Amino acid sequence: MQRLTSVQELEKTSKTILEQRKKFCLTVCLGTGCHANAGGAVYEALKKEIILHGLTEEIELKATGCRGFCEQGPIVVIYPGEICYCRVKVKDIADIIKKTVLENTIIEELIYQDPVTGEKISRESEIPFYKNQSRIILGKNRLINPQDIRDYLAQGGYRSLAKALTGMAPEQVIAVIKKANLRGRGGGGFPAGIKWETTRRASAKKKYVVVNADEGDPGAYMDRSLLEGNPHLIIEGLSIGAYAIGADEGFIYLRQEYPLALENLSVAIKQAEECGLLGKNILGTSFNFRVTIKRGAGAFVSGESSALMSAIEGKVGEPRPKHINTALSGINSKPSNLNNVETWANVPVIIEKGADWYTDIGNANNKGTKIFSLVGKVNNTGLIEVPMGITIRKIIFDLGGGIPAGKKFKAVQTGGPSGGCLPVDYLDTPVDFDHLKELGSMMGSGGMIVMDEDNCMVDVAKYFMLFLKEESCGKCVSCREGTERMYEILEAITQGQGRDEDISLLEELAWVMENTSLCALGRTASNPVLSTLKYFRDEYEAHIREKRCPAKVCKALIQYSIDAEKCNSCGRCQKMCLEEAIVGEKGFPLRIDVQKCTRCGVCREACRFEAITIIS
Amino acid sequence: MITLWIDNKQYKAAEGQSILQVALDNGIDIPHLCYHEKLSSYGGCRLCQVEVTKDNRTILTTSCTYPVIDGIIVQTETPRVIKARRFIMELLLSLAPQAPKIKALAKEMGAIGTRFTPNTGDNCIKCGLCVRACEELVGAHAITFTHRGAQRIVEPPFEEAKNCIGCGTCVQICPTGCINIEDRGMERKIDKWKKTLKMKACKRCGRPFISFAEITFIMNKAKNPPSENWFEYCSDCR
Repeated sequence: MQRLTSVQELEKTSKTILEQRKKFCLTVCLGTGCHANAGGAVYEALKKEIILHGLTEEIELKATGCRGFCEQGPIVVIYPGEICYCRVKVKDIADIIKKTVLENTIIEELIYQDPVTGEKISRESEIPFYKNQSRIILGKNRLINPQDIRDYLAQGGYRSLAKALTGMAPEQVIAVIKKANLRGRGGGGFPAGIKWETTRRASAKKKYVVVNADEGDPGAYMDRSLLEGNPHLIIEGLSIGAYAIGADEGFIYLRQEYPLALENLSVAIKQAEECGLLGKNILGTSFNFRVTIKRGAGAFVSGESSALMSAIEGKVGEPRPKHINTALSGINSKPSNLNNVETWANVPVIIEKGADWYTDIGNANNKGTKIFSLVGKVNNTGLIEVPMGITIRKIIFDLGGGIPAGKKFKAVQTGGPSGGCLPVDYLDTPVDFDHLKELGSMMGSGGMIVMDEDNCMVDVAKYFMLFLKEESCGKCVSCREGTERMYEILEAITQGQGRDEDISLLEELAWVMENTSLCALGRTASNPVLSTLKYFRDEYEAHIREKRCPAKVCKALIQYSIDAEKCNSCGRCQKMCLEEAIVGEKGFPLRIDVQKCTRCGVCREACRFEAITIIS
Repeated sequence: MITLWIDNKQYKAAEGQSILQVALDNGIDIPHLCYHEKLSSYGGCRLCQVEVTKDNRTILTTSCTYPVIDGIIVQTETPRVIKARRFIMELLLSLAPQAPKIKALAKEMGAIGTRFTPNTGDNCIKCGLCVRACEELVGAHAITFTHRGAQRIVEPPFEEAKNCIGCGTCVQICPTGCINIEDRGMERKIDKWKKTLKMKACKRCGRPFISFAEITFIMNKAKNPPSENWFEYCSDCR
């Protein structure tokens, strides 16, 4: 790629790239989910098949980032026609080239079938999972090879930066972001425009802009998919922010666990530098900006702003008191504007389409869209991007396709470990920063874990507390000892050793952690416990008073038993049991030796007659 | 000068001081464990809670890390403050159930016992005084915090404390007495830092009084190093 020295050159280049496109384009999703489902092998097989048929001139094969529909991966989409094939295997490749590309017919077995209506749908955008979304940020992932800047340019990439640099004063850019009411997508929900303005107005000459790419909530991978699938979008957003704020240096603080994001971002930065979109005199203007990736070392707490900045300075990633906020005194005590990946990704879109267009999406005080990772007990797990203010019900039942295996919805956990669990009564709550907070949960960075009747809420709270106690940096007593002691109490309750006073002790601990912890990790760590206590108190009481786990999860409080009437005495469970806990002779109903049984559940899975039940 | 209110009385303070410093300078007692006047503020023990009102907003915060700001109103004895401190003390007490200083402080604050299982470890409350003293006062950088959460401990990096000069500052400053120093013959041992040092004896009284490592450290570090003779005699005989 040549160096672009003006806006005209940028536009000419993207036009030329579009003109050179081949007749067909086959895209293979190689996002996290599809990759794990052997998407890489599918990609290689397609490559071979295309060469075999001598179609390299007609077909462009593209490995894209995450498309969101991870449940159905690996996904292959064929353009023109937007024919979407789900759960593609290597053995299907020959057919795809022969039938779909050469003979223009659709392979029925590979297209999506709605689990509820049974309807078969071939066009990607008509699948209900996609149809109900507004993919203004994530949407381009499906059209872009993240390691090729030409793909991003062909989609109008870097035009927003060009627009800002040549047609807008920095203050104007901030005014647009403020008017769009872009709120921090990392979970804080603080208006980005106001933060930018604070840093811009700070007196120091040297300023920094920073991307918080330390996504760490269990089950969350929104930022990961953006970083891996469309890295230039983040770089462009960051560059616009740097121009508006008056920074000439930016950092991307990337978590250790994202090697593909590191690779794609590194390639993207290099290509942007070669094209003159990063570095000195960007697009022929006087704006200079360089970006460096800083890698995390595996600590969840480093996503907290002051800890993140300590880590960038080369110190241990531990929070420090923030009586003066980092927008004024951050990295090396210089004003540093930190925003999350998704917040930065919104910036080019707002600059391109304007604040008025943007504020049409969402509700009163929550504008634009939010990406969620919808996981857990839901049919369509994956990444979704929806307008803020959409109800939980719509997300879980329309987009998510409801709860698998006809089970009953029980709760949804939002906001990661600092969030909370909401029960069925709140399904019609609008999902946004304000409404979820009112209910004792939070939107957070966008993790959404669906739970059904088989989930024990005490166990869920214990799981999050285990996560938090291991991720607490340990600097302050309230968080370090608070999370540890909370976990101890929850562990005792699930072991059947809970005491009546434990609930009030948990509540007292929660108050202290919330009010006296050093950073937000400790201050919000009690949310999973408080929200489950608020909405599922009866479950805690059943564990403590009746020594019973209503969801039949906590091993110390359940027993497996064999229904003598249903047992056919086939001996299958007996063979599977490693503890030799199933006794009896063939021909007679079997029994479980409770002393030996470790409650692993293997027998129950093995039984073909549903004769093994759990009692509590 | 900055003007602030503490417990309904007006005080003057210098910029850069913390609320705790101003309070202590004026004889107002706020319990604290991880704060030391010669060291940087850390905010680890969370005991020095006070209520601060600024711009009509009142928050609970640690007074050792809060820099004084003109016009702030500080309350050191509200029910909320007492409740928070007492519970934190309960947590600290479970960490160091044997330490006299902790027990006394807890009693003073009305935290008689702890509802949590007492710690069976070495009474370390992870206040970081030893780490900061070694770094900021001595400049030896021999010890550091390692691990996270409740597993967090103070230890020398890479097993043995290479930089430890055996000066004993950490032993002196520790509020729970969890660092043991033992002089036996011509050797000084600090087990916690896995360190054994050779000692130099006083020419006059024969008492081993300083480690050779400390002499080298001082000679290298001092701008105007003393003459070699200085270390021939202990402080009593010098």
